[in-house]
Amino acid sequence: MRYDVAIIGAGAVGCAIARELSFFKLKVAVLEKSCDVAFGTSGRNSAVCHAGFNNKTTSLMARFCVEGNRLMEGLCQDLGVEYRKTGKFLIGFDEADMRTLEALVEKGKANGCTGLQIVGMDAVHAKVPGVGGIGAMSSPNTAIFDTFGYTVALAENAKANGCDFYFSHAVKSVAEGPDPYRFIIDGAIEAKVLINSAGLFADKVSSLCGVDGYRIYPCKGQYYVYDKIADSTLQVPVYPAPRPGIGGLGIHLTPTIHGNVIAGPSADYQDDPEDYCTTKPVLDQLLSESSLLLGSLRPGQIIASYAGIRPKQAPPSQGGFMDFTIKAEQGRKGLVNLIGIESPGLTASVPIAMHVRDILIDHQRDFGLDMQARENPIRTRKAPVRFASLDREEQARLIKENPDYGTVVCRCQTVTLAEIKKAIDNVLGCRSIASVKYRAWPTTGRCQGGYCMTRIVAELMKSGLKAEEINLRDEGSNLFWGQAR
Amino acid sequence: MKDFYDVAIIGAGPAGLAAAKAASALGASVIILEREARCGGILNQCIHDGFGLMRYHRALTGPEYAARAIDELEGMRIDILTDAFVSQLVDNGDKKAIIVITRSGLLTINTASIVLATGCRERTRGQIRTPGSRPSGVFTAGLAQSFVNLKGMDIGHRVVILGSGDIGLIMARRLTLEGAKVLGVYEILSKPCGLKRNITQCLYDFGIPLETGMTVSRIIGSKRLEAVEVSQVDSDMKAIDGTARIIECDTLILSVGLIPENELASDLGVKLDPKTNGALTDAILQTSVPGVFACGNCRKVLDLADLVSRQAETAGANAARHALGLGGYEEAAELDVSLPKGWPEKDVINCTLCPRGCSIAFKDGKALGYGCKRGLEYAKTELVSPMRTLTATVLDSKGHCVPIKSGVPVPRSSLVLLRQALKSVRLADHHSGQVACTIDGIEFLSAANG
Repeated sequence: MRYDVAIIGAGAVGCAIARELSFFKLKVAVLEKSCDVAFGTSGRNSAVCHAGFNNKTTSLMARFCVEGNRLMEGLCQDLGVEYRKTGKFLIGFDEADMRTLEALVEKGKANGCTGLQIVGMDAVHAKVPGVGGIGAMSSPNTAIFDTFGYTVALAENAKANGCDFYFSHAVKSVAEGPDPYRFIIDGAIEAKVLINSAGLFADKVSSLCGVDGYRIYPCKGQYYVYDKIADSTLQVPVYPAPRPGIGGLGIHLTPTIHGNVIAGPSADYQDDPEDYCTTKPVLDQLLSESSLLLGSLRPGQIIASYAGIRPKQAPPSQGGFMDFTIKAEQGRKGLVNLIGIESPGLTASVPIAMHVRDILIDHQRDFGLDMQARENPIRTRKAPVRFASLDREEQARLIKENPDYGTVVCRCQTVTLAEIKKAIDNVLGCRSIASVKYRAWPTTGRCQGGYCMTRIVAELMKSGLKAEEINLRDEGSNLFWGQAR
Repeated sequence: MKDFYDVAIIGAGPAGLAAAKAASALGASVIILEREARCGGILNQCIHDGFGLMRYHRALTGPEYAARAIDELEGMRIDILTDAFVSQLVDNGDKKAIIVITRSGLLTINTASIVLATGCRERTRGQIRTPGSRPSGVFTAGLAQSFVNLKGMDIGHRVVILGSGDIGLIMARRLTLEGAKVLGVYEILSKPCGLKRNITQCLYDFGIPLETGMTVSRIIGSKRLEAVEVSQVDSDMKAIDGTARIIECDTLILSVGLIPENELASDLGVKLDPKTNGALTDAILQTSVPGVFACGNCRKVLDLADLVSRQAETAGANAARHALGLGGYEEAAELDVSLPKGWPEKDVINCTLCPRGCSIAFKDGKALGYGCKRGLEYAKTELVSPMRTLTATVLDSKGHCVPIKSGVPVPRSSLVLLRQALKSVRLADHHSGQVACTIDGIEFLSAANG
């Protein structure tokens, strides 16, 4: 198959690039090693849309984050993604913290953030009672959103404009082909331009393309997930004032768009880019640090834990921070590398994609591309129905229309059969349990799938999968070895 | 369907069914709301026998117990609404409204009394906060039971079980009979939680080791489970460094506790026990909200379905009295009766014929501790050639799993072979309680619910 552009990696950034390029008359392919989008860093984070005060002024991180924050609400509206502008508090626990926060307000202003201000604890307690600390910085533009839904929506939008997705396709070799199809991927897929948006594997993909010298330093962050207690305990993300040298934003508490509270992330460098294990000492640290922020949290309210990995470019010796590298490589014509796309990459995903688009426009003659805008491209995606969030009249109407809305599959989140079927029948063709979970949000409640898993399995089998073909996530994560037949 | 009922019962497991019977017997109009397609609740997946020893004076499988409880409602004026998911309870003072999601629409059912019979859910890996990776192959025991017994799934071949609760023990036997190797049961407490009879018949019968004071301290494997790390624990139930050992396995079954299911109740303002999540009730099983009663596992997790049924009758009757203004509420009986739990004593046979569970020993050729002749016979047989009722599932012509049990106890030594032979059976026609198939001259009865 021949493409104008091949994008490696279907995280939020890869999918945002695919969507952006799908507005042009280009043949675009996305190659993803996992069986679905957002299986890496994009699906394993705090799910916060950052305001952009934290990053070094004049950095790409600051610029794209502020821009991303400005765009996100409209994007989520267009793409049918749940989003809520909650604002956020950074809490100071001592005078040094307060000075850090004051400096942060100034840095934020320089970065173009609006509305930042130092507030007293009474202002914090008016919104989040019980939080510790002596003062805070308020960031009104910070938001929470559904990061899975966001990445899925970007990909579905790109797909609607003709972009091809290759899942469970880990790129093993990139050979050099004759102009203009300079990239031959695994001997099968040819492309004029290769965009390396491989996140934790971006250094390796760059090497496959012949450009060495990059190194990704995986840095793990672990999280606890609390039950749906956000409404009663914490409706606004609460972060500690940043402390230098930790390579992260500090362990914080965030409500999720689905009503849970998450605590995390830690920040620990490791060699393995795929070791998502949680560890006892870090989980214990999460407990103690989150109780400093909010003493009313109880361990008994925890329902799950998970880990994500930041694809850092900066080794620990450099304090953990380095700007995004996004560039057309001189050494390999047509290769656009995106290296070190860690936080705030999710917030910045669409501005990053626009930046990549502009790089392609600038180099189009050289790369052999013809960047002509598509006529009336699709720019929106219809929001999936969330039965649980509708009022009774609307629920009744839906059931009348389709009785499958009258069968509840996931009891914790009240996800109906109609929503499960729709999730299984998704346009990207992803059919793991996690794929269903990311689209319709079953299995995420306090029973963690104890009730709904059998029902989801039954629906997946009705869609044509055999028992042994049902995977929790990627190939090899089979739930069953077979079924009595 | 009416738009008002004296008593509305949420859940048609053993609690809900018994509550309905008792409420209806007092003349109340009753509706049962059940989210599943059929009544019986968790009993339907509990295909092992041992239910009903107290209530029906015989050993029944879960589905058989459910069938009996349903049959008892025969001829009573009780409306049963299945595939009905209660989404909300609304307290309008004297009257309560129940919002129900069904395939034919969103219903509002008004009632004077509510009986909460919502059962319990399983504690998960996330709640016990086991570190490690998140591969497939980690199942709560009840979920594993449902996949194996209702769907015929082959869930794993090398199995470790965390927790010595009864469902975990039952699954150890079940998976062994299905051909899996159960490598061991690990219990964090210093003694087993399950019934003695289950430790004997589910573990000892098959040579499955049980170690106490141990926990799974890490889960290993990036895709499917590859191994677990088990460690000894200290008195705070924390893993002790240096005691870890790795066990290669593809499946981890968690039997680590049950949590009363009370999300609906708490919407209504029902006070819950902060420690157990159980609905708090007074002596007549009324919750903190007048007219709302709770019974069975959503109140406090009980060891036996028989006890649940008995308690639920009181709740159902009192709910009817409340609705009808009858007064004369009955107090719930103490339910401290249970089968003996923990390590079976050495050289002692625990009789399983009735709930008394006598411990019978033989000393100098003399039997001690038996309570009846049948018990003595049981103990003698157990000593020489133990006999067991084999329960399993076989497929019918449509590929559905049908629970069956041997008509008479079979030699313990023949369990595995008989189970193997049953795997090739396809049932044509079957009726609950009647012979479904015969293997080596042994009759197997259908033990289905309906």
